[in-house]
Amino acid sequence: MENLVFYLFAFMAVAGGVLLVALRNPVSSALAMVLSFVGLAGLFIGLNAYFVGIVQILVYAGAIMVLFIFIIMLLDLNDEKPVKFKSSSVVAGLVIPLLLVVQILGVIQTGSEGNRVEFEEITNDSMQKSAEYFTQLDEYKIPLPREKQSAIYKSLTHEKSPKLPDTNLIGHTIFKSYNYPLQVVGALLLVATIGVVILSKRSNKQAPADS
Amino acid sequence: MASLNDYLFVSGLLFAIGLAGVIVRKNIIVIFMCLELMLASASLTLVAFSRFHLLNGLPDYNGQVFVFFIITVAAAEVAVGLAIIVALYRARQTINVEELTSMRG
Repeated sequence: MENLVFYLFAFMAVAGGVLLVALRNPVSSALAMVLSFVGLAGLFIGLNAYFVGIVQILVYAGAIMVLFIFIIMLLDLNDEKPVKFKSSSVVAGLVIPLLLVVQILGVIQTGSEGNRVEFEEITNDSMQKSAEYFTQLDEYKIPLPREKQSAIYKSLTHEKSPKLPDTNLIGHTIFKSYNYPLQVVGALLLVATIGVVILSKRSNKQAPADS
Repeated sequence: MASLNDYLFVSGLLFAIGLAGVIVRKNIIVIFMCLELMLASASLTLVAFSRFHLLNGLPDYNGQVFVFFIITVAAAEVAVGLAIIVALYRARQTINVEELTSMRG
């Protein structure tokens, strides 16, 4: 059953990617991209990464897709003449990715000596055990929430239905171990916003367009 | 459950498709979308390894935090890139990369 879901979402992601490259109309390409990203988000959720999967849908299928469609509509590229592809670029575009895929297949095969590398299951028992570990361990010299009142501990040791507190654990990791990078990313977003405003501001004195 | 090999292969396949699009396509907006696809396929690898490398029975969340940062940077990159494309279109009235050759040596 889980395998079936995996193949469904993997097919969705790959088919979306192929359509993104193959379709001529940019709007169709943007919708194919969304299909691909929804498939990827399904794969993330299959890997117990619920938060990342949801963020993928919200950011890519929501915000970024709207931005792309908006720009395509804004530029109004209706009179696009059918571009004839140069055969050299088509050959390069087929051969180089094919070589890459063969290489990746080779690495995956030799890396595990032909065996399939299975994931360890996360069961109720293993979550119970990791909750105990979570309250004791202080691996990175970072104070972990020792109180058994923490949401992470409660969720891991819930009697009826223990759940993987995915979002809490990511938040815990970000704010304990990646506090400084988080602030740098905030500054990056600010810089990007200011840069976009400056870039898209039409200057009054028309700059010479050619060369 | 599907094995780690399957996830890594899907990720590599998506990356290769994105690369093919970047090489073949001429429309700069579609090239940009293919770049996004390549970024997202890299995050699939990170999430798969994060799930595979259990720390005390829990997934290694360092990998997923990395994906979180990738998504943030990708959002900023899309905003800036599309602003550049709009500015380019204003200046040249084209988004075909074949016609944008003024930087060719």
